[in-house]
Amino acid sequence: MNPSIREQFPILHQEINGHPLVYLDNAATSQKPRAVIEAVKHYYEWENSNVHRGVHTLGSRATDAYEGAREKVARFINAKSMEEIIFTRGTTTALNLVASSYARSVCGPGDEIVLTEMEHHSNLIPWQQAALAVGATLKYIPLQPDGTITLEDVENTISPRTKVVAIAYVSNVMGVVHPVKEIAAIAHRNGAVISIDGAQSTPHMKVDVQDLDCDFYALSGHKMCAPTGIGALYGKKALLNKMEPVEFGGEMINDVGLYESNWKELPWKFEGGTPIIAGAVGLGAAIDFLQDIGMDNIEQHESRLAAYAMNRLAEIEGFQLYGPRIREVGLITFNLGDVHPHDLATVLDAQGVAIRAGHHCCQPLMRWLQVSSTARASFYLYNTEEDVDRLISALIQTKEYFGDAT
Amino acid sequence: MQLDDLYRRVIMDHYKNPRNRGKFEDGTVTIDLNNPTCGDRISLQLKVEDGIVKDAKYTGEGCSISMSSASMMTEAIKGRNLQEAEELASRFSSLMKGEAVEFEEYEDIEALSGVNKFPARIKCATLAWNALRKGIEGTEEKS
Repeated sequence: MNPSIREQFPILHQEINGHPLVYLDNAATSQKPRAVIEAVKHYYEWENSNVHRGVHTLGSRATDAYEGAREKVARFINAKSMEEIIFTRGTTTALNLVASSYARSVCGPGDEIVLTEMEHHSNLIPWQQAALAVGATLKYIPLQPDGTITLEDVENTISPRTKVVAIAYVSNVMGVVHPVKEIAAIAHRNGAVISIDGAQSTPHMKVDVQDLDCDFYALSGHKMCAPTGIGALYGKKALLNKMEPVEFGGEMINDVGLYESNWKELPWKFEGGTPIIAGAVGLGAAIDFLQDIGMDNIEQHESRLAAYAMNRLAEIEGFQLYGPRIREVGLITFNLGDVHPHDLATVLDAQGVAIRAGHHCCQPLMRWLQVSSTARASFYLYNTEEDVDRLISALIQTKEYFGDAT
Repeated sequence: MQLDDLYRRVIMDHYKNPRNRGKFEDGTVTIDLNNPTCGDRISLQLKVEDGIVKDAKYTGEGCSISMSSASMMTEAIKGRNLQEAEELASRFSSLMKGEAVEFEEYEDIEALSGVNKFPARIKCATLAWNALRKGIEGTEEKS
């Protein structure tokens, strides 16, 4: 990866607690390149207005910027058309939309929603709530000891009663890439749809929703260099057309009467209220930035970095890895001897190294792993082998520190 | 950032050699509390007779700060009446705000003063004390 990429992220060039920052919490949120920050600034300085209603020039500029961003998202994940892209606040809102609108209308008592135990809370609770509301049953695809799933188990879990299969493309804890294309085929054979949580996959690899043949795909902007508060839901047009909106108000209506109203066409019927215009503009700029570098290059860079990190981490005594030894994505969840992950994260922070510690919004998975919490280092395109070296030496110092302190 | 302000010897001693860790067969009050943001959890048991904390025990999972704080808290409140325990808890809140307060009753607690410089860790230190406050409320409601 070209070292000049790092130069484009202003936040990375600062000291934290007297040490140059090493940011390894990218699975939580990524940092933003200057191009994205400038795009948002430019929008507010030259284009800001409300969309789809102003007759004036700024109204057209804002609408063009907002809808231009939608086109970029559609092309980025290879949707058939921009009508299939609904802007949301992020993955959580996108998945809630599918669970609240689609799942609740197609599921009845005894129908099934299939998940895995390793889903992020945002891809678990919406389905739980939908199942409780309509009397549907949740079923979980069993996990292998390393956190992977087998297609045989997928076949055995999905049945003709299954209406929705909800699964992450990439696990935010185990770093596993699930075979979602094959799972989609199994779901479809049983008459079910597949809804993919793309929060951890979209920033790091090429995604083609038509090739995957998925029915729904949710993504968050802030994990892929865009601002917080913007994300998107992809849905197949035929399904989205059948779905009812879950938010009602301005922007999303066609004709409003005193007792009944009807809705705009796709995608706007799902976007009640003034949308997140600047966020969408930032997401469009982030997509341009990532595509200039190339998603294949980003994916290769991260898997190389993960392999390098894995080799070095394995040398540390007491290093306990969660998930498979070979990583396709740059995300490593671990514990270090008896040191509690919070203590670990604090000692690392004192050395300028930012990692995540906790349950990673995966309490059921933590119970499955039989731990209360774990530490997680996650990489992105701007991380280097030097960052990994800093992580390693900070971990060694942590061991020494807690060894001496006892 | 001075890590040694956070991880003093006395804290590590309480972490590695916890006091009052365990369970009563017949605790009069049990309070289960967790910190949903990080997964730390504590189950605190108080034996209260005639308004006096006769004994206290806890079990739980958490970092060195949350578990050492539980160890110290249970040591500090044993033998005190509920009002004194409540007063200790509010003094602990002041300590977490960076105020200069003393714990003559149990000086080990003062070792946790350094947590104040680590805002992300204050919730670890206060978990056990929040459980205590809930326990006192529960006891007072019953009587």
